[in-house]
Amino acid sequence: MPHSVMVKPPLVLAALLLSGLPAGAGGIAPADRRSGFDHMSQEIRSMQGDDAANPGMLAVADGAELWAASPASGKPSCAGCHGAAEVGMRGVAARYPAWDARDSRPIDLQGRIEQCRRDRQGAPALPHESSELLALTAFVALQSRGAPIAPPDDARLDPARVEGRALFEGRMGQLGLSCANCHDDNWGRRLGAALIPQGQPTGYPLYRLEWQGLGSLQRRLRNCLTGMRADPFAYDAPEYVALELYLATRAAPLPVETPAVRP
Amino acid sequence: MARALINLPKTAKPGDVVTIKTLLSHPMETGFRPGPDGRILPRNIVTEFVCHFEGDEVFRAELYPASAANPYLTFTWVATRSGSFTFTWRGDNGFDQTETAVIAVS
Amino acid sequence: MSGKRPDRRRVLAGAAGTVLTVALRPAEAAPLPRTETTESAIRRFAGSNAIRQGRVTLDLPPLVENGNTVPLGVNVESPMTPADHVRRIGVFNERNPQPNVVTVHLRPEAGRAQVSTRIRLADSQRITAIAEMSDGTYWSASADAIVTLAACLEG
Repeated sequence: MPHSVMVKPPLVLAALLLSGLPAGAGGIAPADRRSGFDHMSQEIRSMQGDDAANPGMLAVADGAELWAASPASGKPSCAGCHGAAEVGMRGVAARYPAWDARDSRPIDLQGRIEQCRRDRQGAPALPHESSELLALTAFVALQSRGAPIAPPDDARLDPARVEGRALFEGRMGQLGLSCANCHDDNWGRRLGAALIPQGQPTGYPLYRLEWQGLGSLQRRLRNCLTGMRADPFAYDAPEYVALELYLATRAAPLPVETPAVRP
Repeated sequence: MARALINLPKTAKPGDVVTIKTLLSHPMETGFRPGPDGRILPRNIVTEFVCHFEGDEVFRAELYPASAANPYLTFTWVATRSGSFTFTWRGDNGFDQTETAVIAVS
Repeated sequence: MSGKRPDRRRVLAGAAGTVLTVALRPAEAAPLPRTETTESAIRRFAGSNAIRQGRVTLDLPPLVENGNTVPLGVNVESPMTPADHVRRIGVFNERNPQPNVVTVHLRPEAGRAQVSTRIRLADSQRITAIAEMSDGTYWSASADAIVTLAACLEG
């Protein structure tokens, strides 16, 4: 049974702080940051670039409908509080993960949407990777398409950012690989026939041809962890939010591409 | 009702060749693929797509398991006069869905 | 593999398993069992008519990142008039379980014989498009695609 050889975050946190490495500054030099879009064939790029052809837009259309739908509880629809998403949600997704003051922890966009639905709409929880939650998240994230990724420069997020970097750079799994081994040190080279991308989270939720459907960043990270023969964290584990926070910092200022298409 | 996205211009001039793009949310389960328990998942595909303009057939496609999930079909039409298109998808398990769109030609 | 396998939403994702593979499927890999031969399917489409090469253009990426969703375009030279037009286009594959890919029926009202769609390729193979003209002649073109597999397959 695979056993992930994970270094516990607090130890690594201390080591990183002692080493003097700036938190969140690692990864790839800003001028060299590239989206996975650049690695794809012209055909798949065209699929993403044409809203009439992009299969992710089917989910976005579902999300638009959900945005306007009144919940059974009688509380307002999303539109009822936030207005037209094109206005109210403009640029929002680019600034996630963010600090959740209510629960004193970082929260990703999907988590924030779920929290809002449960607390303010009295709506039942949507399961992870459910088509409704993905559709709503994709619709909201679309309103940031083209905006530079800019996770908040909030000091309360720093510990999670450092933890995310430790997760990214720490060796794990049966193969003793870290994310950084491939995505920092060997992006642009090939692993077999596949070109190694930088692993930028610019287009989530995205339509992955391998899934034949839309999926979240957490799903993709779980795929990676499994592929590295490490234990994936449970859905909604704080590790994913920490990783996403680090990835977003590492990606800035690449633009949001949701809904992206990827092989 | 499956989500359908139809893209065609709202207006055209007579003689223009217009491209119509259609996209339907549908798993197009091939009937050849095993599920997690190892048993083959039953086939569930769209088998036919047909487009009519003002009642006349304009384009028809027979689809097979080799069509990708969320079927995407594009075709062309010479604008002659204003009117309505209907787009119908039919398939396994009684799948039968029609969408409409209008075009103004002048 | 840990006991984290309950996700029913993953039913459509295929069989579970953790694999880190470097895989370009060798050309000699056996094709999947077939319901019908390609030749037989083409015969059903074109009858005993001769099929000539030409007039048909197939747009298929030569290198395919994922065989699940491969863009395909077919264009046939034709004035698309009532007297001279493309009636049908049949697309065929050689290594999927079934030889048909898609068959389209066109009218002169199309203005052009130009269609596109997205197809599944089970393996590296040749795709053939055959057009039936209103004068009863048949024309064809073929294109080859190599299907690569991702390095980290989903568990």
